[in-house]
Amino acid sequence: MAEQQRSVILLGSKSIHRRNLINRVAQSTFLLASLVSTVALIVIFFTLTTESVSFFTHVSVIEFLTGTKWTALFAEKHFGILPLLNATLITSAIAVAVATPTGLAAAIYLSEYAGKRARGLLKPVVETLSGIPTVVYGYFALYFVTPQLLRGLIPDLGIHNALAVGLMIGVLVMPIVASLSDDAMRAVPEDLRMAAYSLGARKYQVVLRVVVPAALSGITASVILAFARAMGETMIAAIAGGFRPVLSFDVKEAMQTMPSFIAQVATGDAPHGTIEYQSLFAVGLFLLLITAALNFIGVRVVRRWTIKY
Amino acid sequence: MDDQVLKGGEVLRQRAAKRRKVNDVLVPLAASIGVFVAIAFLVSLLLYVVSMGAGRLSPSLLFEYPSANPREAGMRSAILGSVFTVGLAGLICIPLSIATAIYLTEYAGNKWWSQVLSYNIANLAGVPSVVFGVVGLGFLVYGLGLGRSVIAGAFTLAILTLPYVTVVCVEAIKTVPEDQRFGAYALGATTYEVVRYIVLPRALPMMLTGGILGISRALGEAAPILVISGLLFIREDPTSLLSEFTVMPLQLYNWISRPQLAFQQLAAAGIIVLLAILLALNSLAIYLRQRFYRRLEEG
Repeated sequence: MAEQQRSVILLGSKSIHRRNLINRVAQSTFLLASLVSTVALIVIFFTLTTESVSFFTHVSVIEFLTGTKWTALFAEKHFGILPLLNATLITSAIAVAVATPTGLAAAIYLSEYAGKRARGLLKPVVETLSGIPTVVYGYFALYFVTPQLLRGLIPDLGIHNALAVGLMIGVLVMPIVASLSDDAMRAVPEDLRMAAYSLGARKYQVVLRVVVPAALSGITASVILAFARAMGETMIAAIAGGFRPVLSFDVKEAMQTMPSFIAQVATGDAPHGTIEYQSLFAVGLFLLLITAALNFIGVRVVRRWTIKY
Repeated sequence: MDDQVLKGGEVLRQRAAKRRKVNDVLVPLAASIGVFVAIAFLVSLLLYVVSMGAGRLSPSLLFEYPSANPREAGMRSAILGSVFTVGLAGLICIPLSIATAIYLTEYAGNKWWSQVLSYNIANLAGVPSVVFGVVGLGFLVYGLGLGRSVIAGAFTLAILTLPYVTVVCVEAIKTVPEDQRFGAYALGATTYEVVRYIVLPRALPMMLTGGILGISRALGEAAPILVISGLLFIREDPTSLLSEFTVMPLQLYNWISRPQLAFQQLAAAGIIVLLAILLALNSLAIYLRQRFYRRLEEG
């Protein structure tokens, strides 16, 4: 109340011209601030492209995209991205294979079965998983999950391996699937559920045959976005995945992902202007283009498939 | 004959009804496993970290510089580096996010560029954090000549968290009822006055909640800082914006990558400290949010 009275006095004490001037100044300030994110995007794209252009004067684009050897940090250098890309896709695929069933199950439980109190308590717990720093996941993978959990099932598992990396990233991105799918299912109108009930459907039938199909666009998008997020994950791969750029499909072995290569170069301090330094930008640009494409598809899926009620 | 068919049909129907009843119990049970997995993972992670690191917790962990001897090593320079870098990132990011959100909701209306701006914010959120590090290295460290400095790290983290905090700020502004705005406009208020006296006082607590969540996210980021600062061994407090620095997650990464058991325990103790700080920040955010909702309900 006091605040409102004061504001009335404040408004009355200034001339209309001054108030309009203040409004215009404020508007320009807010506009400038809102342009920062767009400028940042331009800077990101510009910086990656210019350094990549210098990189591609030394390495042909064809060799980069189709080469099967990545030996950027050796004396004899080859820059074929396929080993890094392969490792990134494998770990992300494992991650999504973990995150989709658990995340979707959690979303079904939270949106359809949990009461208001249980939901208020459990949803933050699930979301905590993506708030834990990823170095902690890396630590857990390297010193607990691989040696004490997975080695029991697979005795010849390497200390660094793609499997543990994929599993950990899966837990990390599971809240993305859970949270976005939960939103999608809660957006399904109550009428649809009621119509199904009135036809004599049981609750599980309503959930599995009405709600989930109606929310399918949102669920699909959540999986695509989780995959994109998994591809960019760095610290888990750097700690538990090892720095071995090999083109292999054996998830028991160490393999280096694209972000993990960037982390390795950063750890070793590549001097400014060298080809190793430039390769950071080429890999970064490639990674950005793939994740941006995935995010774009994710948004499109939501728009295309959303049933309008 | 007819009787038998009827009976058979009845048996089938009863079986199907029984199966549906069973499914009605099984499906929620299976669904709750998703939540259970999350809780089990969290608990086992915490138990493991505490069992490894609790014995190594000591004041020296907070007040000593890193050392080659794990028994003497601490994370003083990393804690101060985090406070400097993330604090500065928050000071840059939070006002920018609030201003962006105000422009988008109160000034831009539904014009095409406001949609372009929202689209760009969403795109920025999709950029992998390590790519922010690479761009920070190319643009801030070398391009602008800031060096591997606190300010370069802070700018990078600020832009990294900008989209998240902006989204929360937009949500916060949307909770302010339209009729209060219209009331002020009807009395002849300018848009700025509506923002200053109607929107901001009501939305600020939730905006700050978003800011704190952004800060705790920045605090846990290792990848972009690793690219910007390198894996440095720093035995000095950061003293200026141009100091070289390290942050807590990076110090942990350094310890984690050493195979000796003593370093594993040291890393676990450091993780406990980092998680405790994050827990404190998140509790603060939840507290603010709840106060905010109570105030909303009271009108």
